[in-house]
Amino acid sequence: MLDDFMLRATLAAIGTAISAGALGCFVVWRRMAYFGDATAHAAILGVALALLFGTSIFLGVGFIAFLMSVLIFALSGKGQSVDTILGVLSHGALALGLVAVTMIPNQRINLDAYLFGDVLTVTRGDLGIIWIGAVVVALVLWRHWTALLTSTLSPDLAYAAGMNPRREQLVLTLLLAAVVAVAIKVVGALLITAMLIIPAAAARNFAKTPEHMAFMASGIAALAAFGGVRLSVLLDTPVGPTIICVATAFFALGAVSSLVRRAA
Amino acid sequence: MTAILSATGITAKHGRNTVLHNVDLSLKAGEIVTIVGPNGSGKSTLLRVLIGALKPTKGKVTRKDGLRIGYVPQKLHIDPTMPMTVRRFLDLPTPVSDEDAVHALCTSGAQGVHSQQMASLSGGQFQRVLLARAILGRPDVLMLDEATQGLDQPGSARFYQQIDAVRRELNCAVLMVSHELHVVMSASDRVICLNGHVCCEGTPDVVSAAPAYRELFGTGTGGALALYRHEHDHHHHHEAAE
Repeated sequence: MLDDFMLRATLAAIGTAISAGALGCFVVWRRMAYFGDATAHAAILGVALALLFGTSIFLGVGFIAFLMSVLIFALSGKGQSVDTILGVLSHGALALGLVAVTMIPNQRINLDAYLFGDVLTVTRGDLGIIWIGAVVVALVLWRHWTALLTSTLSPDLAYAAGMNPRREQLVLTLLLAAVVAVAIKVVGALLITAMLIIPAAAARNFAKTPEHMAFMASGIAALAAFGGVRLSVLLDTPVGPTIICVATAFFALGAVSSLVRRAA
Repeated sequence: MTAILSATGITAKHGRNTVLHNVDLSLKAGEIVTIVGPNGSGKSTLLRVLIGALKPTKGKVTRKDGLRIGYVPQKLHIDPTMPMTVRRFLDLPTPVSDEDAVHALCTSGAQGVHSQQMASLSGGQFQRVLLARAILGRPDVLMLDEATQGLDQPGSARFYQQIDAVRRELNCAVLMVSHELHVVMSASDRVICLNGHVCCEGTPDVVSAAPAYRELFGTGTGGALALYRHEHDHHHHHEAAE
């Protein structure tokens, strides 16, 4: 049944969307958009490594995203102004990755596929990895939910309750690395942050509690993934950017309707 | 009675500056202790050391086994992107029953707000909800860090009355940080005057008469900051400082 490439593409996109949507709420609440960017941009370097050593793209991307997120995690404990450092790391890693990819001998790769995703070519194996990744992210989020939420509200509240907010932050950065690895084939390195942030921002307009927002963000992301894949075939447009366009449309819809509700 | 929480020889930094030098403190069950001191005297840093948020560079914090801390921070910023009802907030870190939630809100003087968004509360309501959340874990010690910042004087007076009511109901110890001397001192069993180190310590009477305290808060201000004593139901007698 998974022989149909359209079905595989749709399922891959939805799997990625569900985990990115829920995790994206934390990215929004904690103002980690730039953090997400840096981790995602480093993914190109991971692609280069994977091609060089002939390993799986997921492995290379996951590994580099993991290193990057741990590096940022270590740096973020040091000073107040991580903004500039994140900017340096984010674009430095992207540029390094782009250069490294072209230097690999005997490889003529289609860079667009990694920058903007290429979900129509996912194999059954890819699909399995994407869904395992998505389920793992969801499970870890669920287990750590209260601690993550408390630490996000106030590290001091978490300490007073006997939690360790630094550890929770590390959990979050690792989840981010996992989502980047999962999402690289679907929306590509440049649009992973969009997949994290836009559904969450769209859900904010309707949600009353954090859980409500996370479920809605996952739902909106899944709808955007489904609609994006269909629409891209219909309009013959690249899939990743089309998914993000649909998600953005949901955001706009939400923003307008909340304006209308407030005016009423 | 043995101490439920004690700190010995605490030296701690805030950023690069050492703000606490060799501070000792202990708290017994049911006791109300107030830490007073000027801005930058290390009051908040001391509380953060006690709740475990900050590792002291020297010294040791000892807690009774399984000590439950109810912490009311100086302020809590909830990012506007996070939707949060009062009811959901009370479930952090441990889910509580609706009945308990309503009861805690009543005890804290914030009845009727439970379905509102945290962001829509007034400053006073917000602090009361923080207090309600802190008491829901049935704490052995309630710690308040300048909890009345941003409230006007009648507001903060009411807030401290509420804390008194809470303490009577829960029979917990209270450790407060404040610079609102006139309100706080009258309700305290013991006052610790902090300025990087413990300047003086004792009952409100003893501290208010201590030269070190007077130097920090008292005489030079023509009495404006000196201790003002409330009418109170236990043994303190009225005297000079008013």
